[in-house]
Parts: sequence; C-alpha cells; structure tokens
Amino acid sequence: MSMIFGVPLAVLSGQLLIGVINGAFYALLSLGLAVIFGLLKIINFAHGAMYMLGALVTVVLFDALGINYWVALFLVPIIVGAFGMLIEYFLLRRIAGQDHIYSLLLTFGVALIIQGVLTNIYGVSGLRYTMPDIFKGGVNLGFMFLPYYRAWVIVAALLVCFGTWFIIEKTKLGSYLRAGTEDSQLMQGFGINVPLLISLTYGFGVMLAAFAGVLAAPIYSVTPVMGSSILIVVFAVVVIGGMGSIGGAIITGILMGVVEGLTKTFYPPASSAVIFLVMVVVLMFRPTGLFGKEA
Amino acid sequence: MNQPIKSTDIHQSILDDQKSQDRRKMMINGVLLLVLLAAPLAIYPVFLMKILCFSLFAVAFNLLFGFTGLLSFGHAAFLAAGGYTTGYLLSNYSGLGTEMGIIAGTLVATGLGLAFALLSIRRQGIYFAMVTLALAQLVFFFFVQSEFTGGEDGMHGIPRGELFGLVSLEDNLNMYYFVLAVFIACYLLVQRVVGSPFGQVLKAIKQNEPRAVSLGYNVDRYKILAFVLSAALAGLAGSMKSVVFQLASLNDAHWHMSGEVILMTLVGGMGTLLGPVVGATFVVNVEYQLSQGPLRDWVDPILGAIFVLTVLAFRSGIVGEIQKFMRRNLS
Repeated sequence: MSMIFGVPLAVLSGQLLIGVINGAFYALLSLGLAVIFGLLKIINFAHGAMYMLGALVTVVLFDALGINYWVALFLVPIIVGAFGMLIEYFLLRRIAGQDHIYSLLLTFGVALIIQGVLTNIYGVSGLRYTMPDIFKGGVNLGFMFLPYYRAWVIVAALLVCFGTWFIIEKTKLGSYLRAGTEDSQLMQGFGINVPLLISLTYGFGVMLAAFAGVLAAPIYSVTPVMGSSILIVVFAVVVIGGMGSIGGAIITGILMGVVEGLTKTFYPPASSAVIFLVMVVVLMFRPTGLFGKEA
Repeated sequence: MNQPIKSTDIHQSILDDQKSQDRRKMMINGVLLLVLLAAPLAIYPVFLMKILCFSLFAVAFNLLFGFTGLLSFGHAAFLAAGGYTTGYLLSNYSGLGTEMGIIAGTLVATGLGLAFALLSIRRQGIYFAMVTLALAQLVFFFFVQSEFTGGEDGMHGIPRGELFGLVSLEDNLNMYYFVLAVFIACYLLVQRVVGSPFGQVLKAIKQNEPRAVSLGYNVDRYKILAFVLSAALAGLAGSMKSVVFQLASLNDAHWHMSGEVILMTLVGGMGTLLGPVVGATFVVNVEYQLSQGPLRDWVDPILGAIFVLTVLAFRSGIVGEIQKFMRRNLS
C-alpha cells in the first residue's frame, strides 16, 4: 500500500473525498448567504434552519407520502423557498429601513423558533432516510472506493453552484439583481419591482440552503439541530472568502472542506477547529478575506 | 416688541431640567438599592444571585452593543473563560481566597477579550458579528477538548470558600451581599464610563464611525478598549456565577448563551443603563417560570418568539419604551 507522509493513500484520499463533500455543502450554503447578502444586506441567521428544513422535509415527505428522492430534490427547495419568502414578506420587510443588525437578530429569533418547535416534534436523536437504490454501492478507483452517492453530491452541488453563477452573471434577472445590489432606489426608479425582487432573492437563497439539505438527508443524520453547528462553520467560511464574489464563495467553501479533511487525516483533534483557525490567520494577514473587497 | 430670550435663561432651564432628571434617577436608583438589599427576605438568594450574575453579564454586553454599536455574537466565551478559570483555581488550590479566584477568572477573560478585539475589529458590521461568533466557537471547541474543564460533564463542586479569609461564602446570604456589592460596583463603573468623555466617543462611534474618524479619534483603540472592558466584566460575571452555583459547564460557552445575552439586552433596552438589568431579570424569570410548567420543552421557541416580537414591535426594549413614554408625557 502506498503511503503519503506516513498515511495510507486510501485513507488520505478517503478523507479528501469527505472534505470535498463537506466543502460542497459549505459552498452551497455560503453561496446562499452571499446571494441574500448582496441584495438585502443582511446575514441570514436562519440559513442553518433552512438547510435543516430541507433535510427534514425530505424525510417527512418520504415517510408520510412516499415522495421519492428525485421529486424531493425539486419539490423541497420550492416548499422551503416559499416558506422563506413568507418570512421575508411578513417579518423582514417590516424592518427593512432599520439598522441591518435588527434583521440579523430577527432571523436569529426565527431560527430559534423553527429549531425549537421541530426539536419538540422530532427529538434530537436523528431521523433515518433510506438512500435511493440507484446510489447503493460505488466504484473502486484503484486507490480508493468512491460511493456513487458521494460522487453525485459533488456533481449536483457543482452544477447548482455553476447554475447560480450563470443566472447571476449572465441573465437578465441576474443583471437586475446585480443592479439592485449597487443601488436599489435607482432600480425602483427604472420601474423594476424591487420588493418582489427582494422576496425572490431571499427565497432563492433559502432554496439553495434547502437543496443542500436534500442532498444531506441520505448521508448525514437528520436532526432539528443539524443546521446550527454547520452555520457557524459557514460563517467562518464567509469571513475567510469574503462575500464579494459568487466564484469566491464556491472556491472558499470547497477549499475549506479539503483543509478540514486533511486535518482529520493528519491531526484529528484539531479538525473541528481548523476552519476557525484559518479564519484567524486570514483576519491577521488579509482582513478583507481572500476574495473580498469591502472591510 | 418681544423680549429676546437670553442664552443664560436657556442654559438655566437646561440645567434645571438636568437637575430634575438627575434627582429622578437618584430616586429610582435609591429605591432599587433598597429593594435589592431587602430582596433575600422574600426571594431565594440563589435565584437572586442568578439574576445579578446575568444582569452583570448583560450590562457588560450592553457596554459594547448598546453604547458602542458593536454586536458581539461571542460573549459566551468570556463568561465561560471566567467561570472555568475561577472554578479550576478554587477547586485545585484550596489556599487561594475566593476573591483571588474571581480576579484571576476576570483577568483571563480580559486577555481573551483583547485577543478577540484585535481580530474582530478588523471587520465591521455583520462581519464583526460573524467573526466573534466563530472565535467563540473556537473557544468552545477548546473547552470541549480540554481536560481541566471536565469536557461534556463540566466542573462540579467548586468550593465557595471564604472572602479575604474572613467571611464564609457557603452561607447564601453572605454570598448574596458579596455578589450584590460586586454588581453595584460594576454598575457604577459602567455608568461612570458611559458618562465620561471616553463614553461620549464610544457613542460617537456608534452614531457615525466615519465622522469619529474624521474628527481625529483613533476609533480602533476606542473599540478595543470598550471590547476589553466588556469582556472583563462578562468574565467577572462568569467567575461569580461559577462560585454561586459551584458549577461551570459548556452551557456557558455555547453560542446559545451569546444569543441569550443579546436577547436580555434587547428586551430590556439596549443603550440604556438599567435596560440590561431589567432584561436579564425578565429573561431569567421567563425561563424559570417556563421550566416549572407544562411548557418546559418550549423555552427555546418562546425565547425565539420574544426575540422576533421585540425586534418587530419594540426595538427600544422595556426601559427604552418607558423612557420614550415619560419624555412624551411628562416633559
């Protein structure tokens, strides 16, 4: 068996794979945060809760109605995204003119409510979701074993990330969005329905989180608290990358997943802390973040 | 022809206004002091001490959030750092006076606060909140994995010991008056800080940072000082809490605790002196009442709902709304 730095290649590549997958989740979540931040200028503290809702709704729909994975992959983000738009319409909109700190606190409160209510209904022990048959098994690449589902997660996450980048950078809707980021009052003056655009943007960011949740359902333990710990990591990822660019969010997400995977291989005790340590280093030497422009 | 109003008249009326306001404040504070002194006659002292510790925690947080405009989402780290340090020292060095243990805990939290401040003030606004949250999570992981904290089990049976080797703190009443004295001293300190020229600069930074910069203030230095002071007081609150309950646990370090202190400050009234105290009293009572009743599993969502309601309907908090009301109707 070949070794790299005293670690078997299969172990190393296995951890790297897990790292890339975690990174894909970080990328999807930080992308959603960045999209929402771009237009609403708020950090969505309920983002972790939306990710959790994505996973939980997938499980519940399957158990209650037998709705399968492929349908869930489209249906769940729409359901959760619509829920997000309701939150935007009934709550966030009411304090739109206030200091952005208030909307941050509002979403934090919303997250506490969602997480608390669902904990009472479903407990914290974790629900099981059976993986679709097509994803059972995997392929031996010679140096490592690649489960099909993990490969699919990477492909799906990258496709959605690329799709988001395409919509924002290359389409008419995306150009509205970018213009709204620059100056939403002027946009309103040009006759574009900015409040609707804001609702849609928030809903879209939430959809990204919910999509990540659906992807996570078969491989992670689905519990009402699964969103809060990952959200703090994603915050660190966002600080490291800066929210200046869509591409930056994606690259930083995957990179941090890999860093985490490597740490798990070489020095496991630090693996849960390493992303925060990277954040500290970045703050010391490049306070605006790797891809950020603003302070 | 109208008599021109002399500027001295205006000055005099402002002074009179100021005087009557000061008198009102003095009266409120005096009544509060009496209530606090007599409270253990009616209410279980440990519960009162819990309220005082959390009040101090919220007062410390408010110095940064309410008066400087910096939203830290990581203040649990200081509460826990103070608590664990004091708990560890008092448990392992029996010769140490309780006061030394508490001072040491406060100092450790102060150092940690300086580290947090130096890193987090490099980013502004919501980034600041995210950085402090992430740093606090780092501290949380450290506490989880360190052996001296007892990991998931926490630290139990911390001896209360004696104050200056004279007064036994095992007695709840002695402990209460000690906690009360520390609390009042800290409250007066914050009052003094907020009213000082230093405090005025903090307010200026909160209102308009670029303006403060252009006026020539070294804004970063002021922010760091405010942050460190806030962390020190939060650490002191944690140290006292660990002595009162003879317990230090991961709960204190969890992000949930950082959220709770925000809620206390917000509900009570951010940027007011008394607000955090009222808010902490309110939140601790709500939690206690809920934990006794059929809604004991619903504490979190109810706190979340209070959060949402406060942000939507009364952002000035209880004290802030009362002040607004008095200004409208009494002046």
